[in-house]
Amino acid sequence: MEPVATEPEEADHHEDHPHESFWRRYVFSQDHKVIGIQYAVTALVFLFLGFCLMLLMRWQLAYPGQPVPLIGGLLGENNAPQGRMLPEFYNQLGAMHGTIMVFMAIVPLAVGAFGNYVVPLQIGAPDMAFPKLNMASYWCFFAGGILMLTGFFVPGGAAQSGWTSYPPLSVTAPTGQTIWLFGMVLLITSSLLGSVNFIVTIIQLRVKGLTFMRLPFFVWAQLVTAFLLLLAFPPLEAAGILQLMDRLAGTSFFMPEGLVISGQLLEVSGGGSPLLWQHLFWFLAHPEVYVLILPAMGIVAEIIATNTRKPLWGYKSLVYSLIFLGFMSFIVWAHHMFLTGMGTKISAFFQTTTMIISVPSVVILTALLLSLWGGSIRFNTPMLFALAFLPMFGIGGLTGLPLGLIASDIPLHDTYYVIGHFHYVVAPGTIFALFAGIYFWFPKVTGRKMSELLGKLHFWPSLIFINGVFFPMFIQGLAGLSRRLYDGGEIYDFPDHVMVWNKVMSHSAFGLAAVQIFFVVNFFWSIFKGEKVGANPWQSNTLEWTDAPSPPVAHGNFPKLPQVYRGAYEYSSPGQDEDFLPQSQPQEA
Amino acid sequence: MSVAIPFNSEPRPDTGLYNAKLGVWLFLASEVMLFGALFSTYILLRTAAVEWPQGSEILDVPIAFFNTLVLIASSVTMVMSWASLKMGDVGKFRLYMALTILCALIFLAVKAYEYGAKFSHHHYPSDSTFLAIYFTLTGLHGLHIIGGVIVNGYLWGPGLKMWKSDPERFTNRIEVAGLYWHFVDLVWIFLFPVLYLL
Repeated sequence: MEPVATEPEEADHHEDHPHESFWRRYVFSQDHKVIGIQYAVTALVFLFLGFCLMLLMRWQLAYPGQPVPLIGGLLGENNAPQGRMLPEFYNQLGAMHGTIMVFMAIVPLAVGAFGNYVVPLQIGAPDMAFPKLNMASYWCFFAGGILMLTGFFVPGGAAQSGWTSYPPLSVTAPTGQTIWLFGMVLLITSSLLGSVNFIVTIIQLRVKGLTFMRLPFFVWAQLVTAFLLLLAFPPLEAAGILQLMDRLAGTSFFMPEGLVISGQLLEVSGGGSPLLWQHLFWFLAHPEVYVLILPAMGIVAEIIATNTRKPLWGYKSLVYSLIFLGFMSFIVWAHHMFLTGMGTKISAFFQTTTMIISVPSVVILTALLLSLWGGSIRFNTPMLFALAFLPMFGIGGLTGLPLGLIASDIPLHDTYYVIGHFHYVVAPGTIFALFAGIYFWFPKVTGRKMSELLGKLHFWPSLIFINGVFFPMFIQGLAGLSRRLYDGGEIYDFPDHVMVWNKVMSHSAFGLAAVQIFFVVNFFWSIFKGEKVGANPWQSNTLEWTDAPSPPVAHGNFPKLPQVYRGAYEYSSPGQDEDFLPQSQPQEA
Repeated sequence: MSVAIPFNSEPRPDTGLYNAKLGVWLFLASEVMLFGALFSTYILLRTAAVEWPQGSEILDVPIAFFNTLVLIASSVTMVMSWASLKMGDVGKFRLYMALTILCALIFLAVKAYEYGAKFSHHHYPSDSTFLAIYFTLTGLHGLHIIGGVIVNGYLWGPGLKMWKSDPERFTNRIEVAGLYWHFVDLVWIFLFPVLYLL
């Protein structure tokens, strides 16, 4: 144990602990570390759920109309009579897979969990600026997530109009869509409370000496992400309110006049615009893409710098690119809408901004790649996941360029190519970075390292299988195969030569599921039996490693508030005995 | 149980802000995006519409003008309540805060009367895009007013006990609540001409 602080205030905390009830300590806790763990566990459960929905879909795509093995009988007669999935149920799986993964799994894990746990530690703060808001943010997220899931149990099933919920389809959809909208309102509230908290914490609670240009890159990534969440989500909230009005009060914000559904003229006042929803939705959902990727880049940067034992290449370029990326992400949204007939001038504008935004992304990726140059790299599990992030995100990013150019987007739009593109960014990209982060910060949270052997058994097959899942999507997409087809495209003749990939992809997905067992076993085994480590097992420079014990002090984090003297990445500095130089180590003469 | 968070009541020297003040400005920025999206919706739907009624043909302009004055008055009393605390006069603070809450309640009562009049003439949100956006915008604004009444009511009543333990922080709370309140008024200043006059 670190020496006990002598200030009376600190002593008080020590006294307090035995009196803190179980509920206050673990359930309605206001400690950012506990909230971070709550976020992590909840988001990992949702991640698993979203993954399971995908496995069901992949079964249907590989073996259309055949009964789902093992659990087919559990899906309910309304969804899958005799285990054979109905199209309506397939649509629910698709919509909810997207919603769960984006809004309930990856963002809460990247921002809610990693941000909450690591940011205050890296900036030397005793907690987040508003601990009560932090708690409220988690519980809003939890309630929103549970509400979303209840959709599966109402008549007509869960939301089934895609995770994008385009009207008029979504407005005329069954009750599940209303639940989706209320769930989104809760999730947006949670994200709003969280983002205000993050920005205030980072700007106000940096410890003495920690100037903006000395911040670890991870903190910068969280800061820009918080701004995106703060400013991009409200338009979706507005859109959600309007869609609720359309569904519940019979208004026509998104409903055009003279709409005929199944031969019946819809009785609405009309005058609305379905495109309006798309604009409001993508005004959120494009910045959301960067919300998914920026924290991942932050995690990867931390791990690469620590494990190459040399400074990040171009820290300033990284930071400026990040800020520029955040800004630009607000003015590219309509590149999702080239085929809606917006007009060539508007399309040309968004095509241009989209090409511009690829520049800072490439700068960041290049800087991370160059950071490896000449380093003495330690190939531990977190580093392997971080290294895999680079080419995987590279593939995801570069395949996005043809989608941003109008001419090539026309044939590719709404094909499996699009699915392949964004899954490469998010799955082997962001999720690999999140795994890297879990392996990297696990010792800080628990005081024990995760097993390297199980980690490598988790990493290598995952890398192979995940490419088996997503790479064939490019092949199918280039052949013109549409997304969201219930039978995987069997109804058509033209994609016959690429249909074989459906089985390859599905079996890769099942294999991917199987090797996650190594992770689950490793995770629980290491909590109890992992190798015990000290405060700084990776010999890192940042404050969470150098100045806080593992795990950090329950309320207040640091036994003694640190002071910062330099940037975060001074590894292998000439003239030093050690190959790292902590931020909090005073300069010696 | 809770840790001492720095800069809760005193401003951080290099940013010149205490935490809650920065927090409320950020919150208001997100509110600007929320109402901004709704106003953009209004513009988009109106420019695309074949016909659009003059607001004054359907809505009651004099009564809304009265409501505008009520809200502006409440902003003034809100500032007075904060200024009273700055001068250490709790009695005056309570008076002005009560007036602020009273104004807000008058606004809500008038609004409820307006809604009732619309419904009794069979004007519903589902009738036309104009009525749809009218009810949505004013309804959402009304919810913001209700939120403000709850916060101000708390600060006027049970929240006041903080004045004894930490007067500086309590004064800050009034300032933060005031910033929110002015924003809600400002939204109405935009809503009134856009919906009733144009």
